[in-house]
Amino acid sequence: MALKRNNMAFTLYSLIQTAILCTNAIAVLHEERFLSKIGWGVDQGVGGFGDDPGIKAQILNLIRSVRTVMRVPLIIVNSACIVLLLLFG
Amino acid sequence: MDLPHHGYRETKPRARAAPTAGDSVLFEDTSSAAPAMNSQGYYTSGYNMGGPSNDMQGGGGMNNLFADPMANAAMMYGSSLANQGKDMVNKEISRFMSVNKLKYFFAVDTRYVLKKLMILMFPYTHQDWEVRYHRDTPLTPRQDVNASDLYIPTMAFITYILLAGMALGIQKRFSPEVLGLCASTALVWVIIEVLVMLLSLYLLTVHTDLSTFDLIAYSGYKYVGMIFTVLCGLLFGSDGYFVALAWSSFALMFFIVRSLKMKILPSLSSDSMGMGSNAKPQLRLYITVASALFQPIIIYWLTSHLVR
Repeated sequence: MALKRNNMAFTLYSLIQTAILCTNAIAVLHEERFLSKIGWGVDQGVGGFGDDPGIKAQILNLIRSVRTVMRVPLIIVNSACIVLLLLFG
Repeated sequence: MDLPHHGYRETKPRARAAPTAGDSVLFEDTSSAAPAMNSQGYYTSGYNMGGPSNDMQGGGGMNNLFADPMANAAMMYGSSLANQGKDMVNKEISRFMSVNKLKYFFAVDTRYVLKKLMILMFPYTHQDWEVRYHRDTPLTPRQDVNASDLYIPTMAFITYILLAGMALGIQKRFSPEVLGLCASTALVWVIIEVLVMLLSLYLLTVHTDLSTFDLIAYSGYKYVGMIFTVLCGLLFGSDGYFVALAWSSFALMFFIVRSLKMKILPSLSSDSMGMGSNAKPQLRLYITVASALFQPIIIYWLTSHLVR
């Protein structure tokens, strides 16, 4: 909705779009072609077995779990988005 | 049934005593007859539907009795359907969030709301910021003024939307779509802030008992400051707007830092695992200060267009 405001006018639809794009971006990171090359593979995350894992381990955990959990829902949501955008522009 | 009629009739002037007396006889007849028939019809048809004793109650109530079995059956079916629907909705909702936990956040009373609003606007004299517990469960907001609630943020959010509509109407820029847009923008900012806070708390493995609802509550407290700022801006013009903005920003920053310090930063009494890495307390401090600094920015962002 184009409205003359001096700040960005968010709608809930734009929030959904942002969420889908961000999740897609995380899901696209390939494990062995990309993440291992830059030292972010799954075997490089579990460093110290102290009480708290570091930030890097948490990030790697997050990426891996997002990729595992959201793979199938993302397929469905992306297909729906493609169909809707083709139909309704 | 007779007493109120008598009372009313006495206040009327005497000249109209006779016709009202005549009307009252008619009114009394029908009013005393019909409810008796109706009540008798309902009660008996509730107990034995369509029994032979119903037909002997009187010819005048035949319409009631014919309609009643069907209406009663329909009513009972409808109420059972509604109960089933209610149970299903409750079950589905309780899969996502526990309603009991939500009820805790809405257990407020007037005294708590007033004290909390005063603390939000003037937190500098509040001494004790510790959240009191009662056998390992946090106290409800009714008993502890430091507990966070969701009532104030919800009401403040709705009031902010209404106030934004009013402010836009004063500037003759109002239309219903703008109101919805303002509401969804504010909601999106709350969601973004809560998600960023959750992400940063997860990444830094901060073990707190801050639940998602607590974070939503702390995000929503800024709407009280926004309402105050917009009101001052409307009443006192641009200067009043900036003064109120500065005041509510400082108050909110102080409030957020003091409240979150208790929950995020390790206190001396808790068993911190030795002073492991020095980065941890600093990063936690950064989180607290960053979320506090975010408040005035967002207040300015969401209210500056309302006050020109």
